[in-house]
Amino acid sequence: MLQRRCAVTLGAAAILVGTGFTARAADITPAVVYSVGEKFDGSFNEAAYRGAERFKTESKINYRDFVVTNEAQLEQAHRRFAQAGNDPIVGVGFLQTSAVTTVAKQYPKIRFTVIDTVVDLPNVRSVLFKEHEGSFLVGVAAALASKSGKVGFVGGMDIPLIRRFVCGYEQGVKYAKPGASVIQNMTGNTPAAWTDPGRGAELAKGQFERGVDVIYAAAGTTGLGVLQAAKDRGKLSIGVDSNQNGTHPGSVLTSMIKRVDLATYETFAAAKAGTWSPGMRVLGLKEGGVDWALDQNNAKLITDEIKAKVEQAKADIVSGKIKVHDYMSNNTCPQ
Amino acid sequence: MKAPLPGWVDIGLIPVVNVLLAFVVVGLIVLAVGVNPFTAVRIMIVGAVGYPEAIGYTLYYTTNFIFTGLAVALAFHAGLFNIGGEGQAYLGGLGVGLVVLALDATLPPVLLIALAVLAAALFGAAWAAIPAYLQAYRGSHIVITTIMFNFIAAAVMVYLMVNVLIAPGSMSPESRAFADAGHLPFIHDLLAYAGITMGQSPLNLAIVWAALCCVFVWVFLWHTPWGFELRTMGHNPSAAIYAGVDIRRMTVLAMCLSGALAGFVGVNEILGVHHRLILNFTAGYGFAGIAVALMGRNHPVGIVLASLLFGMLQQGGAELSFDIPAITREMVVVIQGLIILFCGALAHFTRPWFEALFGALRARSGRTTAAGAAEA
Repeated sequence: MLQRRCAVTLGAAAILVGTGFTARAADITPAVVYSVGEKFDGSFNEAAYRGAERFKTESKINYRDFVVTNEAQLEQAHRRFAQAGNDPIVGVGFLQTSAVTTVAKQYPKIRFTVIDTVVDLPNVRSVLFKEHEGSFLVGVAAALASKSGKVGFVGGMDIPLIRRFVCGYEQGVKYAKPGASVIQNMTGNTPAAWTDPGRGAELAKGQFERGVDVIYAAAGTTGLGVLQAAKDRGKLSIGVDSNQNGTHPGSVLTSMIKRVDLATYETFAAAKAGTWSPGMRVLGLKEGGVDWALDQNNAKLITDEIKAKVEQAKADIVSGKIKVHDYMSNNTCPQ
Repeated sequence: MKAPLPGWVDIGLIPVVNVLLAFVVVGLIVLAVGVNPFTAVRIMIVGAVGYPEAIGYTLYYTTNFIFTGLAVALAFHAGLFNIGGEGQAYLGGLGVGLVVLALDATLPPVLLIALAVLAAALFGAAWAAIPAYLQAYRGSHIVITTIMFNFIAAAVMVYLMVNVLIAPGSMSPESRAFADAGHLPFIHDLLAYAGITMGQSPLNLAIVWAALCCVFVWVFLWHTPWGFELRTMGHNPSAAIYAGVDIRRMTVLAMCLSGALAGFVGVNEILGVHHRLILNFTAGYGFAGIAVALMGRNHPVGIVLASLLFGMLQQGGAELSFDIPAITREMVVVIQGLIILFCGALAHFTRPWFEALFGALRARSGRTTAAGAAEA
């Protein structure tokens, strides 16, 4: 009996959604679908989580979220949230492109936001970041903090997006110390490359043995292994996406902050205020979408010289004096 | 000597008691996490069969489990333990993808789908044929080779997706989307033609194919000479050789059919749902097939029932972690594992109790009749 009543209620809810019932702006029912990996990866997914939490604290509106076990589940997660009438739905990460494309077409009344990828539909907002600008800044810091003149980079999955990170980083290193060199490794070619801290640690150790003393990790959960390896060897690391300075205080030089939290928060807040709009937004240094992290955890590592030089570079990028080349604009990186 | 249990106890009462026992243990664990077990069970059941979309999802998962369950069962009847369902399913999907990507602009839908299904069977069979050959003619153990072939299949797929089949300009390793001709129709679309509305779910015509495969496996195993030879080999290879069965050829044949059945997962996933080649679409169905076959006692009817249970657990479990964040995806796996443990592995756990119970009942009624007879 109870079961039947539930079925009826759910059926009624489905009909309401199906007939174009849109929630009033005041009572949105937001949802987040995280990228493949852990929710608390200390990095990319966690940034999205923090943005959603901030919205929840400020607005007292609860949200729902889901962590998929593999990329084939992404579409079901979106469809399930859309079916339940959740709106807006945030998809975190480029792996969600096809899932959001499919589901957003099926549910044209529901607002979707994708981060790190572009879905060109009238009910989808696409948020991109200028990771090359933020990476440039941490490249400057890495070059100045390095004693050996060799700095390292460990990327997650080998895709144009991550090459954009390393390309910006290289430009920053060369800008601060023209003679310095960058040794880079990518973890793999599949989404599994985001979830392998053991492999991250191995790559970091290999780089340390080649004389590197600062490594920038842009690799999701895999990056945690890089940070750990740097701590174990007494070397420096650079975190990514979230502020990871506190992961190993005194060992993490700085973090390239990518405000995935802001993108998530703003989507929810705009939907609540009724000002959400589809289309593409690109967030760089100027828009506060990317930045470098300076707090009490790394205050001792950042000398006045480093700070001055990084802040100078930041001001110059914002003003347009320095143009950081974007790898994805032509799929090459100037040497 | 133990008296046999009445039929209704054996196939009716014992399984029900097992399921109830499983739910009691699951309930205790759910309670330990701080969630009301009755709510959890209700969400799982409603989430699995409570409304049309949920049933669609459940049956879609069931389809995959039927294919891999049949694959494992067929090999099992030949005395072969095929753990390579995962890799064979992966390759089956690759076969589907290659055919559709090559021909979806030129062929009419019916022909294209028929070719794609054939390709799934051929690719899956080919992937099983190599370990079968190594077992039959070189003596390499099939358990080892099939499990290793899973890894090779994964590596091959990664290589092809990353370097060859990736859609230009795409960051994630997936092929371009298939043209409409390469879509196996969804059940909800077919029902819409018939005037019945059903919510959207990934359930597609592959489930009909799965049903046909069940019939095929039943006919093949129990009503053809090849099936007889295959089962003879499984029961006693020496006797089979003595009876003139070429057990090498039979090994290869059994494994090819098994691989073809596993390959049909690719039909359901690639042709039916994703409409593009992606990585990891097999998602463990190949391994789950082993449990499905064991639980279904290697018979098509049992496999369908076991697949339904697995499908319900998969869908109900997903709903559970959607609705109750305290129950994480790892918890869901624990719950599913417990239910499978009680219904499958411990299927005979409660049997001695029932035997004792019915033995005692029978003895008592036996005594009363004997006493009555003596008085008379």
